Amino acid sequence: MSRQARTMLFLVGAVGLGVLVLWAYAGLPDFGHYKGPYGDILNAVSVPERNITDVVTAVNFDYRGFDTLGEEFILFAAVIGVAILLRAQRDEEEREATEFAFGRSAPRTSDAVRVVAITLVGPTVVTGLYIVAHGHLTPGGGFQGGVVLATALVLVYLAGEYVFLRRTAPLSLVEVCEAIGGGGFAVIGLAGLVAGLAYMENVFPLGEVGRLNSAGTVPLINLSVGLEVAAGFVLILVEFLEQTLMVRLKERT
Amino acid sequence: MNTALQLAALTMVAAVGLGVVLTRDPLRQAVVVSFFGMLLGVLFFVFQAPDVALSEIVVGAVAAPLMILLALAKVRGGAE
Amino acid sequence: MSFYPFVVAAWLLLIGLYGVVTSRNLIHLIVCMQVVQASTYVLLLSIGFRHDAVPPVFAEVPVGTPAVDPVVQALALTDVVVGATVSALLFALAVQVHKRSHTLDPARLSGLRG
Repeated sequence: MSRQARTMLFLVGAVGLGVLVLWAYAGLPDFGHYKGPYGDILNAVSVPERNITDVVTAVNFDYRGFDTLGEEFILFAAVIGVAILLRAQRDEEEREATEFAFGRSAPRTSDAVRVVAITLVGPTVVTGLYIVAHGHLTPGGGFQGGVVLATALVLVYLAGEYVFLRRTAPLSLVEVCEAIGGGGFAVIGLAGLVAGLAYMENVFPLGEVGRLNSAGTVPLINLSVGLEVAAGFVLILVEFLEQTLMVRLKERT
Repeated sequence: MNTALQLAALTMVAAVGLGVVLTRDPLRQAVVVSFFGMLLGVLFFVFQAPDVALSEIVVGAVAAPLMILLALAKVRGGAE
Repeated sequence: MSFYPFVVAAWLLLIGLYGVVTSRNLIHLIVCMQVVQASTYVLLLSIGFRHDAVPPVFAEVPVGTPAVDPVVQALALTDVVVGATVSALLFALAVQVHKRSHTLDPARLSGLRG
């Protein structure tokens, strides 16, 4: 089918889909007049029941923690997929990029980029840890803080060369961290079973509202998810960079 | 005041979304998608959703363009 | 104004799909998928919004104040991060496709090879 015919067919289908979608949206309550009961119930009971002030984190890691476990494993599986797809295959081997660039050298990173990147690594790590640790008090949590921590390692790569990134975050250590983070979530849920209640029930001491060690299992789960997301993104980054810089086709002799 | 902000944010998101689709070159699209991520972050903020805004800013403005650039680098300068 | 966010969500869905259908580069196609995902975030958050309400964080406001819905925000939050990771997987697939067929044009990638 030619390109024009395909586009025409799509436009007809898109008009139909658009009409159906808008008709479906018209059945929802008006924007700004949220009616449903669950949001109000959760807003009212989260602080008294669980001593968590950030209700979104409470929903994610306590009331609907099981769904977050599933999402975390989607992340884990996607990272494994990237690693498998980009590892060197049978007819390739790893060689340094400089072997193919006789007489040429890569342009040196400008000093401004290096200075800014090095200066920002420290604050970024601290910000990431802050966001992870305060997930149950203020907006934040394991997912956001984990990506910020991964960004700190990207800054290390920008400030120097690829070998510095490999030395700061050796691949085996990153993989172990990711496994610990992913498994940690599931293992913390077992504490509920050990106490005789349901899986992932919040059984640790709840503490006072507003302190860092309140809310039972939620800060621990936040830390483990933050570790897993950070290690996962660093693994993806290292796999892509490895592909770009190191993997070359074997010479056909 | 909040309504005006929401209207403006929604309109800009729609316009820049169209811009993302119409930018055919992936290298330029990386920059436009970073801007789209930041606009979505502003939109979520105006919708009183700070958690989601934080998530979107960190992912859409930093992680996604980075992965686009890495994939492009592999494709352009890669295996012979 | 009461229907405008839903119109924007539907608009993002349709132009994202248009980008996927008429794309000539696999990487451009994957980025258009992210626009489609953005339409779902806008839809979810529009459902949960309430006028003159605070975000569902009670660190400094008393517990009874009217707040927006936290459930849809929880859904959108993990959705964002998982969406980025799945895009990374798609990029890895695109890189491998280019390695095997030396092209990124979906129109030229039709034949299966044994």
